Parts: sequence; structure tokens; C-alpha cells
Amino acid sequence: MNLGVRLSGIELRNPFLLASGVLGETGESMLRVWNAGAGGVVTKSIGLSPREGYPNPVIVVLPHGLLNAMGLPGPGIEVFAEEVRTAVEGGAVVIGSVFGAGPDEFARLARRMEEYGVSAVELNLSCPHARGYGMEVGIDPEMVREIVEAVKSAVGIPVWAKLTPNVADIRPIVEAASGADAIVLMNTLRAMAIDIRARRPVLSNVFGGYSGPAVKPVGVRLVYEAYEVTDKPIIGVGGVTTGEDVAEYLMAGASAVQVGSAVYYRGVEVFRLLAIELSHIMEEEGFSTVQEMVGLAHG
Amino acid sequence: MHRCVKIEDVRREARDVVSILFRDPCIALPGQFYMVWLPGHEEVPMSVSFTGMQKGITVRAVGPTTRALHSLEADDRLWIRGPYGRGYSIRGSRPLVVAGGTGIASLAPLVEEHPGDVLTLLGARTSEDLFFVERLRASSGVWVSTDDGSEGHAGPVTDLLERAVEEHEPDIVYTCGPEAMMVKVYAFASERDIAVEASLERYMKCGIGICDSCSVSGYRVCRDGPVFSDELTEIYEFGRFRRDPSGRRVPI
Repeated sequence: MNLGVRLSGIELRNPFLLASGVLGETGESMLRVWNAGAGGVVTKSIGLSPREGYPNPVIVVLPHGLLNAMGLPGPGIEVFAEEVRTAVEGGAVVIGSVFGAGPDEFARLARRMEEYGVSAVELNLSCPHARGYGMEVGIDPEMVREIVEAVKSAVGIPVWAKLTPNVADIRPIVEAASGADAIVLMNTLRAMAIDIRARRPVLSNVFGGYSGPAVKPVGVRLVYEAYEVTDKPIIGVGGVTTGEDVAEYLMAGASAVQVGSAVYYRGVEVFRLLAIELSHIMEEEGFSTVQEMVGLAHG
Repeated sequence: MHRCVKIEDVRREARDVVSILFRDPCIALPGQFYMVWLPGHEEVPMSVSFTGMQKGITVRAVGPTTRALHSLEADDRLWIRGPYGRGYSIRGSRPLVVAGGTGIASLAPLVEEHPGDVLTLLGARTSEDLFFVERLRASSGVWVSTDDGSEGHAGPVTDLLERAVEEHEPDIVYTCGPEAMMVKVYAFASERDIAVEASLERYMKCGIGICDSCSVSGYRVCRDGPVFSDELTEIYEFGRFRRDPSGRRVPI
């Protein structure tokens, strides 16, 4: 079965990309995920300077999902060059994720990523647990519009805008981000966990982002809503674990999906498994291309 | 979520090393680790040093978190998740175990569980830093070395390799300790076509294979390891580089 898709002008061998934040900090790991069958790999979100992230605990394994507050750790954009180059020279399709405090920072970071050879840049407008970054800039439609415009005029490669689910109405944000070449929905849900015996929050940062199977219906809903207000391709993220989840996101309006927590649930092999499972579904349901499934649930 | 366990016993093993024992019904294999959390402090990975119904970790006081763990007493509570990772495989019939410092914490249960004829080489800085010697003697031969010569051979534990290989004729070598020591052990055994399993240590955050912090040359210490064998030929960072908490590569 041919699972290829064309997304914001990029040809992908399949619609399953590695989501940002998971195994995207070292070049060798990105290459490993690529060799395990991913259609592309999105890097960890990189900022201008090195960041150690928050102290442990940074992750809570919950019955139906994962809660994390890593705190945007990363080596900073200059040092990250060698990681991207390792992955790109190994043949991987790499999407560079960046976070900044405003349009100028985002534009500078995106230009560097373009120099390093990434196929597209993804703007992290949505991390739910980093002060001054991510969601704090991504809930303001005007800021989103300015950042997208600044990056669009700074680079020639496609620009993807990754949005936060932590808003009352996603549609104004999607409209504000529609200057981008693709909309990525969604980042994690802002959440927390308390250890009752310790009588305190588990995460050192108190708040984190919730991901995994539990959040999939929220992601599907957001993709469905976004599909109604934008002509730009949408990339569905949130709880994708099986081929059925991929098909559901496609029918909600996604042209591709990203996979994060499922690397925990099913191992790095998850990309190969998704390809097999989606192929079976397409065969059973009579689809010959992935594109045929996109938006079908909208009738 | 963490499991909250009650500490049953705390044993002083050496001048700055204690074992903390608690009951945990999970199966733990030698070489695996727990993520251990004392609320108010950092969560840290700790090798499982006792793998029976009563589990244990063995901790050297090196920083604020490990010092806090040293202040614990019987009946105090401890928060754990795991055991995680891939431990040692039980193979061969004449294993040689080479431990440096607290590396013996991860290897001691292997020595106990391995059905073969085990010889253990145990290196420490001084006689006051040695621990588990009696425990190991119950199930293996033990040769000791100390850097200052206060007990056993005076010098690094790797000095004992040549004679150990000659006299014991091992068919598998297990090692855990300072990376420079493990690199020597690996090179020594590889030259003689003896398989090696080495337990690596890197800065660890999630412990479950998703955050990429502890990755070495594309392998995750927390999930693909911490024990590596044939992969060591591909792990070019072994003995050369580690990564700091921000992911920057630092020479070892």
C-alpha cells in the first residue's frame, strides 16, 4: 500500500511523523526513529540559549496518559546544528521545532534551522508549562499572526504552526495562524497530578502537559473544528497510538499525524506498526490513498 | 504515579554508602533501576541492589538528593517507579564480574542469581569504601583491589584482569563502574573474544525512553539499556562523551 502524502509542498513516505519533544534532542535518535519508519521527525523545540529544563520529577506515568513538564530543555540553536545535520545527512526528513518569546526570536531561530537543512519549521506556540514561551504567546491571536508572518517572511521553507488546546475557542487562533503552510493541532493539555501521600504536586513545575490515549478525543475535536475554518493542511497530534487512531484523525480533517507518547506505549517500532495497521484499514475500507480519507467525517 | 513504600531497614555499608531496603512486590532483574523520589528533592535513578521480595537500593552520598536519602530510617516512606530498563542477561558458565566503586550495587544481585561459577573483581578507593564483600563471597570468588593498597591489590581493579582471565577462563564479562574502567574492561575482553555486558550511566530524566536525555549514539540508557552488550561496538560515545542536562555533548 502506498501511504505517501504531500504536505505543505513536502513529499512524505507516510503520514506518521515523530512529534516534537520525544526523542528529538540528539541526531542519532532522530535518525533511529527515521530508520524505524517514521515519515518525518520533528525536533525537540529549540530556543536561542541552552536550557537545562526543570528538575526531576518531570514525568508522571498515569493510567491513560503521560503528564510531563520537561521545561523545554535543549542545547540552544547554535549547538543544535550538529544534531540536525546528523539526522539530515543520514537521510531523514527533519522538521525543526523552535520556541521564542516573540516574532524576532522565532524568525532568527527559523532561519538557523533552514540553514541546517530542515524540510520545514514548526513553531511551538503551545508548550503549556514554560513561562514566557509557548502557550503564553500562543493564546493571543494577534501574537500568533505576528509570529507566523515574521517567520514566513524570514524563511523559504514551509512553516507549520503548532497550537495549544488550552483555549476556549480554537477557531480564532487557527484563523490567525492560517498564514502558515500547515496547522499542527494539538500540543498537550495543561494538567497536574498530586501525590496524596506526599501531599504535593508530583511535577517539580507543578503544572505539565497531558498526552497519550486519554487526550485523543480532544485532539480529534480540535482538528475537526480547525478543518471547518482553514484551507491549510492540518497535522493531527494527541494520543495517536494505533492505525485506527490515524484513520480517525484523517477523517476529522488531518492530512498527517504526529506520534509522541506512543513511543512509550509501543516502542520506537510504533511507526512500522502504524504503517501496517493503516494499510489494513485502507484495504478493508476500500481506500487507495491516504488523501482520500482526509475530512471524510465532515460529510 | 509513584508507589509509596515503607522502608524496612537501612544498612550502613561503607563510610558514605547505605542500603535502603523496602518491600515491593514487583519483579526486578539484576541491572534494572528504580526512579526514586523523596518529595521535596530531585527524583533520581538508582540500581536495584537487592532483588528478592525485599528490594533495595544502595546509595553513595554525593549531593543534596543522595544526602537526603541517607537521612532516611526504618519506617520512613520512599516513592519509587519502575523497575525500568534492560538488565544483565544470565549467560555463560564462568562469568567474570568487574566492579568499580558503587558499580557493585547493580552487579551484586547478578552474582547471587547467576548459576555459573562466578569470579568477582571488586575495586574501591580504600578499604573504607569497600562493601558487599561478605555478601559476594557467599556466591562467588572475590578479588579485591584498592587504590591506596589498604586492602587487597594496590592499584586499579583492571590490574587484576590478566590473571583473572588466565586462571578463571571466563566466557562472559559483566562490568559496572566508572566509564574509564569499563572501557578498559571492554577492550581487554574484546581482544580475547569474550562477550561483555556493561551497565552505562547517563543524565536521566524521564526514565521511560521518551525524552532523549540519556541517549548514547542513538541508544536510550533508560530503556535500551542500561546494560549494553553487542551494541557497544556502535556506541562510539562510550568512554568519550556524555551529555549535560541541556543535551550538550561533553567529553568524559
